[in-house]
Amino acid sequence: MISFIAGRFAQSIVVMLTVGLIAFAMFRFVGDPINNMVGQDTTAEQREQLRERLGLNDPFYVQYARFALNAVQGEFGQSYFHRRPVSELLVERMPATLELSLIGAVLALVVGVPAGVYTALNRNGILSNLIMSGSLLGVSIPTFLIGIILILVFGVVWRVLPTFGRGDVVDLGWWTTGFLTASGLKSLILPSVTLALFQLTLIMRLVRAEMLEVLRTDFIKFAKARGILTRSIHFSHALKNSLVPVITITGLQLGSIIAFAIITETVFQWPGMGLLFIQAVLEVDIPVMAAYLVVIGFVFVFINFIVDILYFVVDPRLRADRAGSGH
Amino acid sequence: MTLGVPGPTDMNSKSNQTYEVAAKERTGLADVLRRFFDSDLWFSFRHSPVAIISMAVSILIVFSAIFAHWIAPTNPFDLAQIDLLDSEIPPVWLPDGDSRFLLGTDDQGRDIFSTILYGSRVSLLVGFASVVFAMAIGIPLGLISGYYGGYVDAVIMRIADVQLSFPAILIAFLIDGVARGVLPRAVHDEMALYVLVFAIGISGWVQYARTVRGSTMVEKNKEYVQAARVIGIRRGTILVRHILPNVLGPVLVIATIHLALAIITEATLSFLGVGVPVTSPSLGTLIRVGYDFLFSGVWWITIMPGVALIILVLAINMVGDWLRDALNPKLR
Amino acid sequence: MALLDIKNIRVDFPTRRGVFTAVENVTLSVNPGEILGCVGESGAGKSTIGNTVIGLLEPPGRMSEGEIDLDGKRIDNLPYEAIRKIRGRRIGMIFQDPLTSLNPLQTIERQLVETITTHLPLNEGEARQKAVDLLDRVGIPEADIRIGQYPHQFSGGMRQRVVIALALCADPEVIIADEPTTALDVSIQAQILDLMRELCRERQVGMIIITHDMGVIADITDRVAVMYHGKVVEEGPTQKILGNPDHPYTQSLISAVPRPDVRLKRFPLVEYIESAGEARKELDVANHWLGKARDFEAMDGPLLTLEKLHMRFVTRNAILPRDRRYLDAVKDVSFDIKQGEVFGLVGESGSGKSTVARMIAGLYKPTGGNIFFAGGELTALRTEREKDRYRRQMQMIFQDPYSSLNPRMRVLDIVAEPIRFHNLADDRKETETIVLDLLEHVGLGAAAAVKYPHEFSGGQRQRISIARALATRPRFLICDEPTSALDVSIQAQILNLLKDLQQELGLTMMFISHDLPVIRQMCDRVGVMRHGQLCEVAETEELFENPQHEYSKHLLDLMPKLDVLSHEGLEVEQTK
Repeated sequence: MISFIAGRFAQSIVVMLTVGLIAFAMFRFVGDPINNMVGQDTTAEQREQLRERLGLNDPFYVQYARFALNAVQGEFGQSYFHRRPVSELLVERMPATLELSLIGAVLALVVGVPAGVYTALNRNGILSNLIMSGSLLGVSIPTFLIGIILILVFGVVWRVLPTFGRGDVVDLGWWTTGFLTASGLKSLILPSVTLALFQLTLIMRLVRAEMLEVLRTDFIKFAKARGILTRSIHFSHALKNSLVPVITITGLQLGSIIAFAIITETVFQWPGMGLLFIQAVLEVDIPVMAAYLVVIGFVFVFINFIVDILYFVVDPRLRADRAGSGH
Repeated sequence: MTLGVPGPTDMNSKSNQTYEVAAKERTGLADVLRRFFDSDLWFSFRHSPVAIISMAVSILIVFSAIFAHWIAPTNPFDLAQIDLLDSEIPPVWLPDGDSRFLLGTDDQGRDIFSTILYGSRVSLLVGFASVVFAMAIGIPLGLISGYYGGYVDAVIMRIADVQLSFPAILIAFLIDGVARGVLPRAVHDEMALYVLVFAIGISGWVQYARTVRGSTMVEKNKEYVQAARVIGIRRGTILVRHILPNVLGPVLVIATIHLALAIITEATLSFLGVGVPVTSPSLGTLIRVGYDFLFSGVWWITIMPGVALIILVLAINMVGDWLRDALNPKLR
Repeated sequence: MALLDIKNIRVDFPTRRGVFTAVENVTLSVNPGEILGCVGESGAGKSTIGNTVIGLLEPPGRMSEGEIDLDGKRIDNLPYEAIRKIRGRRIGMIFQDPLTSLNPLQTIERQLVETITTHLPLNEGEARQKAVDLLDRVGIPEADIRIGQYPHQFSGGMRQRVVIALALCADPEVIIADEPTTALDVSIQAQILDLMRELCRERQVGMIIITHDMGVIADITDRVAVMYHGKVVEEGPTQKILGNPDHPYTQSLISAVPRPDVRLKRFPLVEYIESAGEARKELDVANHWLGKARDFEAMDGPLLTLEKLHMRFVTRNAILPRDRRYLDAVKDVSFDIKQGEVFGLVGESGSGKSTVARMIAGLYKPTGGNIFFAGGELTALRTEREKDRYRRQMQMIFQDPYSSLNPRMRVLDIVAEPIRFHNLADDRKETETIVLDLLEHVGLGAAAAVKYPHEFSGGQRQRISIARALATRPRFLICDEPTSALDVSIQAQILNLLKDLQQELGLTMMFISHDLPVIRQMCDRVGVMRHGQLCEVAETEELFENPQHEYSKHLLDLMPKLDVLSHEGLEVEQTK
């Protein structure tokens, strides 16, 4: 168990280092950092001094090591566009994105998994067919269009829900939350539904496919032939066996919610990291892009790590692989 | 279970046929068509109204996009044909509609129906090109990874894993951002389409590589591949002639679904302003341009291209969905 | 009134090409303590009967006629909940593959206890005790410890015992076993059959065994029903049916079963057997292209010599050598094969016999030892070009007819591929002529050339494989279980064909099988393998009459004694 976790941990570190390398390479080689930091009237000599001071003349690996060490401490340099430390910007924007993503993820899971199970078990039911057709529509509408349609209906035509910003937020010192005010909660509704809808349909279709796959296996047939209760076959035999692949992909999907927040945040002018990132792309603000990449990378690696450990808990074959018992 | 569907033995009842007769019957286009119309795929297609309709809609859209300059009532990019006095006219079925403009006009007086036709051409072009690009990278890498195994496989698949931990759209963003940083502004606008195809294509190759690798690993252990090795056939030939044709089935399904996804990604990027420039707008660009008018009640400028996009993507997804079920008989 | 009465049932499967009747007019019954065998070849509808009785027909299949009575009460028209209560409680079922029959995520205990408490009024503790007793009874050592383990911690044979325990745990009156031993090795097969027979007698359970294997039928059944194309053609006491069959299908089926006790000249072919049809076109081999094969250098001594051949697979790779795990699949095997002889290699699964064949054919690179063939050392060759010269002289026929032909190629291209690759013909026209002749020579007819593999049955595909192997005009043919995936009647045809070709073309052959009776029919000399080692090499008749090695004796003991089978119409080869 410990060596398994240690192995996975080492893998995660390698992935993070790779992501860091890409971020660093972007930072270092896309455009000239010096040009982006100083004005037109700086002399060549001053530039060279700055270059030396920032260590841009050091060997590549030294620079990379410095970048990695700084990144671990949350230090990503100055934003070219905002002229402020990137870390400050990120900390400021992070609560908005995390709150939105959390609600989106919970919505996607709470609706997606049961809907997937239901449609797998009632394969030819009317409701199942309706849900499945709906889900095809769901994966066919781009997230930003869902947002636009929701805005049109609830914001422009009915005028019942706010269509931009977070509403009133409460500052807790280290965190600003929209959960504690009525307008904050109301503002969350449209963006979180927009964010959840695409993921929800994906998760639902995945759960359904895996369930159907398991329901066709020999051991389910054998369980039926032993007269096991239908409820038990469905939930304690089939569902549990379909969980293993579902956990992996769901993990990935939940991670991508944070990335899809970029789109939702733009549509709803939600002041989160995504909006920050899209501005950075448009303004070629490389330090912000690099920092965002590292943060997202970290979130993904963390989720993957959790997923691997969940695997281990769910599947006894992995556990016993180490014990090596048998026969 | 094995169903004794009347099969092999029955078909051979007329096996006293001579080779010459049989060979004549079994060659040329006629034979290809005969085998196609006799295939389970065609049977399943014929018996699925959803498949027929979605395929028809897809083909219709593709054709009207290709021949947009003949079909479209006006050329929206020809300044001589547009008149600012015609601006913001609603679709024909609304009170102020004008019969010349089926889906209304935008803020500059352009016919929205025409802009949609031209826009879907750009969307489809980027979509198809991205799919081809992703396939061109993913299929060879998947074949190599699956067939050779070992360190080659480990390296390719680790790269794929790392990339897979990032959503395609984020990768496309990053690539576009980098391109903006590297290329001068004017060059970037000119190259926007290529950058877009590269970004969407690169972010999609992993799916192909993984699928092809999986099927290659199954196929390479099949005895027909071993028989070819015993004969002495070289590896490259085995990969291309024996394995490749047998792993393309699932690729077709992925490509269809990827096409839908590529079109969505393109639209999303263009909507966010990092995609196709306004000079040759795609559906996503049109939605972006119209979005500013949404709150002033002129909703059709943004919604009409949106509906067109949804219909296009939905039709492609439905074809893909049917194809997946039809090629995987277990699911039926 | 019997315990289970199947009366006149008919089962239909609607398909795209019309309704397919899998089972028609079938009437069977079984009494307490009796074992009924249900035997037939693939597609005969025997598995459908088992699924129908227990109400698990796969949609769209349905029973359209007849009735099924359990203890005098009709059960085929019961609502779902009522039939569910019968499953496991009154009718138990055992499936073929023990590796996939158990839920991998639950302990054996949970699966047993759940089944018991579903049907019997016992609490968890009592159910667990019953489960432990049952595991003990089916021969699982340390049952009270192993009950807490997961399925993957048991070997195949042990898992089938667990499956049997699961089928028995609610004390059913009837057991239906669908090919219960097909996935197991011979030695385990014998133990499982013994166990099933004991349990059946001891608990007075009525049992239906569905199988394609005459050995299983002869071994444990009291009565047998022979099925052909969905109908029961003959039914009666096992002794009578096997020893003195009335129906011509049964007669031909029995005559096709390879005998452990005698060596036949050829298997007699009866017209009932599927598409024996196509007579082989006689070829004047001496003057034909195939006969020109003799352009190899003549040589003395054995054609093939193996010296201390060794193969080690890495089963788990790791950066640190101490973490790597290995499997020695073949350990220091040495033997030789003389020109013109048929050499057999026999052993259970995992004995390394196929690995030896693959090393000779060049599919695996041995980790140790040498292979000498036709005067050259194969293990010393480096370049592909050098190897090509020997590849031409050596070909291989594989086990699985469904995967040994590329489904996307026409038969013409499949058979022509080696000819084109080795440049054996002058032009397209000649290649085509040769392929057509070959196809006729293996009994397929030239028209087969334009078709695709899926248009052929298993036996016909194996003929295509043989034609492809002959297309390089080899002098040495490796047959790796060439008939083990085929029905017994098709097997007889293919074995006959191989025998004929071997004699006509003077081929040297290596014949690999797990099936001793088949080995006896085909081989001049035999090597017995176990756990990667060669135990014994002997003349075939010598081995069967007077085995030397302990393991050979053990294998021969386990071989089903088919003494009861009718010997009518068999031509026995005189032993030297």
